[in-house]
Amino acid sequence: MAVAVEGGEKWFRTCDVTGFKVDVRAEKIAKVNAVMAVVSFLIAVIAALLLVFTRWQLFHILPVDWYYRVLTLHGLDALVFWIIFFELAALTFASTAFLNTRMSSPAAGWLGTLLAIVGWLLVNYTILAGQADVLMTSYAPLKAHPLFYLGMILFAVGALVIVTTFFANLMIWRRENPGQSLPLFVYGLMAAAIIAVITIVSGAIIYIPTFLWSLGIIKDIDPAVYKLVWWGLGHPSQQINVAAHVSVWYLLAFLTVGGTSINEKVSRFAFVLYIVAINVASAHHLLVDPAVSPVWKVWNTSYVMYLAVFASMIHAFAVPSAIEVAQRRKGFTKGLFEWLKAAPWGNPGFSGLMLSLIIFGFIGGITGVVNGMEQTNIIVHNTISVTGHFKGAVVGGTALAFMSVTYYLIPLLFRKKIAFYGVAKYVPWLFGIGIAILGVSMYILGAFGVPRRHWDITFSGGPFTYTFNPVTDFFWALFGLGGALAVIGALIWILQVVVSVFFGQPFNGPKDLQIPIAEPPPPAKGEHEGFAAPGTFVLVLLFMVTFIIFVALNYGWLSAMWEVK
Amino acid sequence: MAILPPSEGWFHQKVAKDEKIWMVLAFLMSLFLFFWMIIWHVYAKQNPSFVTYKTTPEEFYALTEAFVNKYKVGEENGIPVVKPPPGSDVFLLAQQFRWYPALVLKKGEEYRLHISSLDVLHGFSLQPVNMNFMVYPKYDYVLTFKPTSAGEYAIVCNEFCGIGHHMMIGKIVVEE
Ligand SMILES: [Cu+2]
Repeated sequence: MAVAVEGGEKWFRTCDVTGFKVDVRAEKIAKVNAVMAVVSFLIAVIAALLLVFTRWQLFHILPVDWYYRVLTLHGLDALVFWIIFFELAALTFASTAFLNTRMSSPAAGWLGTLLAIVGWLLVNYTILAGQADVLMTSYAPLKAHPLFYLGMILFAVGALVIVTTFFANLMIWRRENPGQSLPLFVYGLMAAAIIAVITIVSGAIIYIPTFLWSLGIIKDIDPAVYKLVWWGLGHPSQQINVAAHVSVWYLLAFLTVGGTSINEKVSRFAFVLYIVAINVASAHHLLVDPAVSPVWKVWNTSYVMYLAVFASMIHAFAVPSAIEVAQRRKGFTKGLFEWLKAAPWGNPGFSGLMLSLIIFGFIGGITGVVNGMEQTNIIVHNTISVTGHFKGAVVGGTALAFMSVTYYLIPLLFRKKIAFYGVAKYVPWLFGIGIAILGVSMYILGAFGVPRRHWDITFSGGPFTYTFNPVTDFFWALFGLGGALAVIGALIWILQVVVSVFFGQPFNGPKDLQIPIAEPPPPAKGEHEGFAAPGTFVLVLLFMVTFIIFVALNYGWLSAMWEVK
Repeated sequence: MAILPPSEGWFHQKVAKDEKIWMVLAFLMSLFLFFWMIIWHVYAKQNPSFVTYKTTPEEFYALTEAFVNKYKVGEENGIPVVKPPPGSDVFLLAQQFRWYPALVLKKGEEYRLHISSLDVLHGFSLQPVNMNFMVYPKYDYVLTFKPTSAGEYAIVCNEFCGIGHHMMIGKIVVEE
């Protein structure tokens, strides 16, 4: 797939592995954003370790004020900065290199990057200085230092500028390639970028008045309006992640086994559903709140949210079936699952993809639906189950997918060999299994009523006391184990990235390739009539059965509770 | 191919049989969940309330004080214990870092529980029943509860409300 470089354009290099024409100016911007992502991730991981061993009452290492401070830091660096910086890098790189086109405006790219970094600095600084103990959601009227809100605004504007250059890059590509369709990977990222615009605008709408309020210019912020608009930012921002990591799944399926979506039309349709459906689904954070009506709740969380769930279920078939079909064409046709057994499990790109897919679906996805149902939300809301849910969805899903694809980005984007490649194959397992244990134990602790964001579950100093079911002791121990495993996995990954990028050996073309890029499978033999991916079909049915059982269990528990209306 | 433009004719390619069946199943599941919520809303007994009034911290505080004075039966650790008659309006106030007052209710009777906050957001979490609701300042959220089990219950605050968040615990006793 070599692509001719049009002569004389001094800012291009040709990738000697993929044959892509890479705009070096875009590459630099992508690199800086990627480095910022990893730095944020490192802060988030260290914070996570402190938090795990504080929540687990047996250790309880942080004092109360530092617990909330570190929790705020963890939430923002993990959920916002690490992921969005990574996405900004991906958008910049994908809209140029994968399209063999040029960066529309390097100046704008640098401006956006600079704004985002200044915002990142302000937010991290105000938190660590003890000026913003408001947690990630910073619900008004809880107040932080004005520089905290200013930092969030600058970060959002910076991100918006880079997203704009992404769209401009697409327009250049469109003009130079009339009549062509975007590659699926870039198409998915485009969906993510569209959701990002809506999200960031929502963020600006809420952070600007809150900033003015923190300065004393606006007298009053209505708490219900704040929370409603904040979640217009908060939830869709997670949907940017889903669209982005699903795109990465398609990319990894291709790189690791040569798998391509068995029907691109279907995959693309599912991305469109994300754009259409997800932005109102943020309502599920307001299900047990006053101020919004049940019709509003039911419409937004159910009908519209389920369109997004439906979209995810389409990808849940499309990604593994891409792998299965490619493997079958390579001759692994025995039984239902030979294709899976014969897959390159030693390739961290592949094992990371599969673990990400499974954890996102079974832990993040299923629990997300229960959180999002008007009634079952009564059981879950603000318990530690909520955080357990997004350990599955965002950490197991998005973060793991991003970590896995990085093993390809280090040689291809940074032109460095991967340091200690031998340990790479263990990283997705350590991190994935750790997060799975952590997420499940948190979800179960929440089912026993353990609150999220709570320093001391023995209620020391309170007028009354309460002791959670002693079974929770067991799940706290599991929680600690899962957290420790995940932190170890993450730290190894960060060490590999940092050493490779800053101190690594240069990558001199295909002979230095450590992580394999799969050959495309041989062409299909004729038109297919029966099932294209029977193994995948069985797996998704298993998923659906689990899904139904879990929803039914939750309604069962609900029906045994006090009556409320 | 995920990284190259799709091959010609991709838009008219037939969807495989298994993918088609899966999409139909997934869509039916989505529809079912939608209607299930509505059905539960109509026929079942656990649904979040939609009765909300606008209020102010001052007004809600005055209402709670009047309620406490009227039905107070004792005091525990500095928090008044209040026993309202079945069917009545009950006021519960959240404030950094306490629930005010403690309540004595009767099993099987309905109470209109008004909850609001004097300062920031709090979380009403009834344990060990594990029912969770948000508490806002300026909004009087009315939950009509019918306790279906007797015993001692704790109200844990589960929305971060400041440095003493972990001390914010209240009490409800349900008598036979
Ligand atoms: Cu509180």
